[in-house]
Amino acid sequence: MGDFIGERSRHILFASWQHFSLVAQCLILATIISVLIAVLVYRNKSLSGLANGISAIGLTVPSFALIGLLIVPVGFGVTPAVIVVTFFAALPILRNAIVGLNNIEPTIIESARGIGMSRLKTLVSVEIPMAWPVILTGIRISAQMVMGVAAVVSYALGPGLGGFIFQGLSRLGGANSLESVVTGVVGVVILALILDLILLGIGRLTTPRGIRV
Amino acid sequence: MSENKISENAVAQNITGASIMLEEVTKTYPGQKKSAVGGLTLEIPAGSIVMFVGPSGCGKTTTLKMINRLIEPTSGKIVIDGEDVTDMNGDELRRRIGYVIQAGGLFPHMTVAANIAMVPKMLGWPKDKISARVDELLELVSLDPDLYRNRFPKKLSGGQQQRVGVARALAADPPVLLMDEPFGAVDPITRQRLQDELLNIQSEVQKTIVCVTHDFDEAVKLGDWIAIFNEGAQLEQYDSPERILANPASEFVENFIGSGAGLKQLTLTRVNEVELEDALTTTPGKNASDVLSQLQGAGRKYAVVLDSRGRPLRRLDRRQLSRAQIIEGTYDENMPVVGEQATLNDALDTMLVASSESALVTGRRDVLTGVITVQTVMEAIAAANNAEDADHEAPVGLNSGAINVVDIDGAAAGQGGESA
Repeated sequence: MGDFIGERSRHILFASWQHFSLVAQCLILATIISVLIAVLVYRNKSLSGLANGISAIGLTVPSFALIGLLIVPVGFGVTPAVIVVTFFAALPILRNAIVGLNNIEPTIIESARGIGMSRLKTLVSVEIPMAWPVILTGIRISAQMVMGVAAVVSYALGPGLGGFIFQGLSRLGGANSLESVVTGVVGVVILALILDLILLGIGRLTTPRGIRV
Repeated sequence: MSENKISENAVAQNITGASIMLEEVTKTYPGQKKSAVGGLTLEIPAGSIVMFVGPSGCGKTTTLKMINRLIEPTSGKIVIDGEDVTDMNGDELRRRIGYVIQAGGLFPHMTVAANIAMVPKMLGWPKDKISARVDELLELVSLDPDLYRNRFPKKLSGGQQQRVGVARALAADPPVLLMDEPFGAVDPITRQRLQDELLNIQSEVQKTIVCVTHDFDEAVKLGDWIAIFNEGAQLEQYDSPERILANPASEFVENFIGSGAGLKQLTLTRVNEVELEDALTTTPGKNASDVLSQLQGAGRKYAVVLDSRGRPLRRLDRRQLSRAQIIEGTYDENMPVVGEQATLNDALDTMLVASSESALVTGRRDVLTGVITVQTVMEAIAAANNAEDADHEAPVGLNSGAINVVDIDGAAAGQGGESA
């Protein structure tokens, strides 16, 4: 096991970095997309319900199946990987963003409007900052989940640690096959922990003191 | 006519408020046959406090929110300070009108200072002007700027949040202040103090204040004019508190005033209208035995400890003084204090709660102005009851030619009616 890692340390580090970078970038993209969608739908009961429904159903779609479906229109490589990871990352964030925006007391919105803040200003200065802790919780849930999804998308030749797992599995019983799988799995777990710590730190820095629990 | 002009100019120097005119304002919600507000015409004179009262669902809040167009009127015109604001940009209009809701409606993720600075920031004031204004406003609402500037709303009591809410509404010095049941969420004693404070603030700033309440006693205490609404914002009576209590316009008003009318003299007479006794005052750090001998010399029961700005900190009786060496400067929360614009009813309440036969009276910025005793209150009631018979011929200040078209002042109605 030690030999396996020692021989391939540069390769493993590079794959880890790629894995991490894929997840991080997709999370940012997913956050932007879901907050935008949440902002568009949260005032409307039926639209929010629809978005929550899609979010719930979407989570039941096996990531592997989605990759299979995407290979036909977009082919192999990074594109299907980004699409699949972003899709799954967006679902919990969307759900939390809608909940967060809906849970703000109506009186606070009323007083914001009452002192002359426009709809947009109210959204940017009051609603999103107040919903931010809930949105961030969604981002952390997403981060844990898509670390695993990102390993699966390596099937479509996307970047990352998933390569070790699939290579190991495809020649199970062969030389170093188990080491390869273990390296991939442990690497993903370690990355997930690191990312969670980073997000925790971001949460500390970006949550206004007045609404910290 | 010329007389009116002169008197208007004389008071205009202090009044920073603007007059508000609602002309045939109607609000009908889609899908509802009956209007929430039906053809209401209402004049709100500059620099006065007008209270909207009525049962819940009568349209008083809807009427209030149409003044700053949080609710857009279906038809009719809103004129503020002679300017038709019915079609101007709603956000810009609202920046020129203060707005206070129950519990202050503060933004929990912003500090007290950031909350107050919100409107001046939107109006593009320079930074140092904003921070100076924040401190000035915190002083105005009796909160120490150094202590409260950087606090978050959740670290404030309900009364303090409400004060910050008022400070935020006054931030850009708007001529008009709208308040929607501002003191509904605080306990009775805090409410009374906040009401006193609002009256003190109003005597400094002289805004036009429109305030919604369901509490008729609050309306009598705060209002220069009271508008009593029935369902659909049908105006039942619009007049001064004295005249509404003396001459209810309808059975509805009579029922609404309720049994409390029996003690109306207590609610109508204010602390600053009766003769107050002087207090024997001292400051922290003084020698207690000196104060005690002064107290005995003057034949008083209490000495009042004042802080550097003349605000009362605590009362010390003879026994406390004889036990102490040096006068303490700590603040006693249970000390009975009323504002000078509080009603005698409030004063009596405060004394009863504190089981004391006297209460301290404070004026602007909580400065001590004197002491009121139970005896003073009783004498005032007796005197008022004697005078009441002479007062009986009060003019009816209501002009109800057409439904809802009401003139504010009975005396001026004859002349001002055509020009308004």
